[in-house]
Amino acid sequence: MSFDASAHTGPLTGLRVIELASEHAAYAGKLLADYGAEVLLVEPIGGHRTRTFGPFADSLPETHPDRSLWFWHYNTSKQGVQIDLDTSEGADQFRNLVGFADIVLEGETPGRLAALDLDHGQIDPPTTVWVSVTSFGRNDPRSLDPFSDLTAIAGGGLAWNCGYDDHSLPPMAPLGNQGYQTASIWAAVGALMAIEARARTGEGQLVDVSMHAAVNVTTEQATQWWLVAEKTVQRQTGRHALHLPTESIVAIAADGREVHTGFPPRTLDELIKLVRWIDDEGLRDELPLTTLLDLAIEQGGMDLAKLYEDEFTQECFRTCRDAIVLLAEHHTADNFFLLGQRRGFAVGMILSPEETMADPHIVARGFPTPVHQPQLGHTIVHTGLPIRFTGSPGEISAAPTLS
Amino acid sequence: MNSTALAGLRICDLSGQLAGAGATRTLAAFGAEVIRIEDPVRKGKWDLLRGVPPFREGQRGIDAGGAFNNHNVGKQGITLNTHTERGKELLAELVSISDVVTENFSAEVMESWGFGYERLCELRPGVIYVSNCGFGHTGPYRQFRTWGPIVQAVCGLTWSVGQADQPSAGFGFSYMDHHGANLMVFAILAALHHRRRTGEGQWIDMSTVESGAAMLGPMVLDFTVNGRPARRPGMPASNRGHHPLMAPHGIHPALGDDEWVAVVCRTDAEWATLASILGVDEPAWATVDARLAAHDALDERVSAWTRRHDKFEVQARLLAAGIPAAAVQSPQERTDCDSSTARWGLFPEVTHSLMGAVRVDGIPLHLSATDWSMSTGAPMLGQHNHQVLAGLLGLDDDEIARLEADGVI
Repeated sequence: MSFDASAHTGPLTGLRVIELASEHAAYAGKLLADYGAEVLLVEPIGGHRTRTFGPFADSLPETHPDRSLWFWHYNTSKQGVQIDLDTSEGADQFRNLVGFADIVLEGETPGRLAALDLDHGQIDPPTTVWVSVTSFGRNDPRSLDPFSDLTAIAGGGLAWNCGYDDHSLPPMAPLGNQGYQTASIWAAVGALMAIEARARTGEGQLVDVSMHAAVNVTTEQATQWWLVAEKTVQRQTGRHALHLPTESIVAIAADGREVHTGFPPRTLDELIKLVRWIDDEGLRDELPLTTLLDLAIEQGGMDLAKLYEDEFTQECFRTCRDAIVLLAEHHTADNFFLLGQRRGFAVGMILSPEETMADPHIVARGFPTPVHQPQLGHTIVHTGLPIRFTGSPGEISAAPTLS
Repeated sequence: MNSTALAGLRICDLSGQLAGAGATRTLAAFGAEVIRIEDPVRKGKWDLLRGVPPFREGQRGIDAGGAFNNHNVGKQGITLNTHTERGKELLAELVSISDVVTENFSAEVMESWGFGYERLCELRPGVIYVSNCGFGHTGPYRQFRTWGPIVQAVCGLTWSVGQADQPSAGFGFSYMDHHGANLMVFAILAALHHRRRTGEGQWIDMSTVESGAAMLGPMVLDFTVNGRPARRPGMPASNRGHHPLMAPHGIHPALGDDEWVAVVCRTDAEWATLASILGVDEPAWATVDARLAAHDALDERVSAWTRRHDKFEVQARLLAAGIPAAAVQSPQERTDCDSSTARWGLFPEVTHSLMGAVRVDGIPLHLSATDWSMSTGAPMLGQHNHQVLAGLLGLDDDEIARLEADGVI
């Protein structure tokens, strides 16, 4: 068994990675593989259980072993091999592969590999970078507890921030295994950080990634509001959680779709542009408080540092928001977004994943990426590379099949 | 002990907010020398977070912002008016001795200063230049302005948080600023590997909208392969278990005011255990398909039990029974009361020249040989002007005084 040194164009060309298939570290392996590392995905005999995760390719029969779109997405550009680590032959195969690897990536429950004498420190050369992704870290006893993406998001603080003004509705978690992906992005960072250190020292090392810690430091201002000011932020519909209630930020456009009204104007220049937009559309009569904005312009603008203590600033801020909402209600979502942005306002429209993939800008940049899918015998469109290296772009090829 | 992982790596850092500054803070924690450049004319305020709350009790001003401190720990900070000739000369000198140049301005800002990629290469052959902005540097929206929530709205992520019968809840924070920053770190490290192998630097054009769209892959494939849009009746129902299918899978009320706990059954066996704890005898719910079909009724039965118990008691009891469960933790619970974050050293204390000792976000990975460290807070505006201009660029005190008088720094 050996690595296939077929040509990759990405920046990580030359790096060899052994990945033990897992649900929560799969995205780390994908990032490494799409950017040119040779990633060999080690699955149990018969395939890893993530091959049973939906959604599935509907045109393939239910008995088809290679129809998981989950698997297709998270394992692009990897090569695959099936090994039973519980047999001495399989253990030897794994040891042999690790001997050739720059990076080992695994998401095993702590203790499992050690019990097989296949853990970090037991089989890897001193130059190996060993990346371990667990729920709470390798040395935390809680990593032996059952877990899921949802429990990582609840315990790690993400869910606290997301939901509705109506607190009889529960905090919300996002779709798409975001807790696992958060840990995976950090795992990919950790792997390359250790490769960088190895270039200086010649030594490999252990990279211990905690999913719980990863979600914990991915909640932006919630943590600082507590650590710095001892204020507890509260979830609010569609906008930043804060210790004070803020004004609604999502509006319904004329075509019934949701738009994001953005951060209200804060500079003098933006205030002037907003009043001009209102006047250009003849909407001043519908928003008499526009005169307040005239006053703010005369005074040279608003000072956002006073937002939480000065009533005039708050009133101006609110009027700016009302003005943007009014403008949104007079246009389709697409038009509001384009008109607003062309006038210099950071506004948005709320798109679903497939709508994003069809957006003219995303298409013009070539983000939707055709990949030949051997199971189907034709090309399908995947999400593209999340980083553009202009000198060494990387490429996406189909996930390994079982057969 | 400072990490040596990135020893000798110098970053000329024009980035800000979280999407940019969050990247270079990680590089600094692993030993890189990060020199952050700010605008003296606007007192660093192009970074929206400089000088805005949260503040310490009794503190205000451009050096007192808590989020700015968090995102800029361990960096050196200088001021440089890049609209003056002398400011441009000094920036050019800094670029010429840096390995990496980072920024997250709107597209074309650097070009307008005369510091596009080609010029950077002239100044520093082999330079790695990362520009990170919402829509990237090509395409019809390249001049559009974004911040985290706009990125999230356009890339599909805002849509992906919410109940099926409610508007989009979205993320209650700039989630993609974190991942934009983290992927920027990945990009820089990957480009360093490439440069070591080939001798070539490069320009990295990052679009956070694309980085976000890449985080919803299986749903995109469901559309491109099956023609099934994610936006359809019954979606997003984002607290439910879609991929893989699981039920129960949700966030339930616990005892107390606005207290919640997540409960998940990954298998039919886990449901059987949970059912016995809840006292639910519904043989028809033995399979996940049956439970998914009865999800509302199932949730009611779980909630009826959880709301009688403290969220941490639910967590402990279900974990002991082998069922994933976790209290929805408040910021205080995560930072002050959580044994795992404490054991990890996840919220270290740094010293800020004005704020004093303050805790910040640490790094969720530990390296066994060259681990991260954080000790100093964010730079005050222009705090390291003398150190950098004299120490690195060799200017004398008179020149520095003149630059101050002329408004260059």
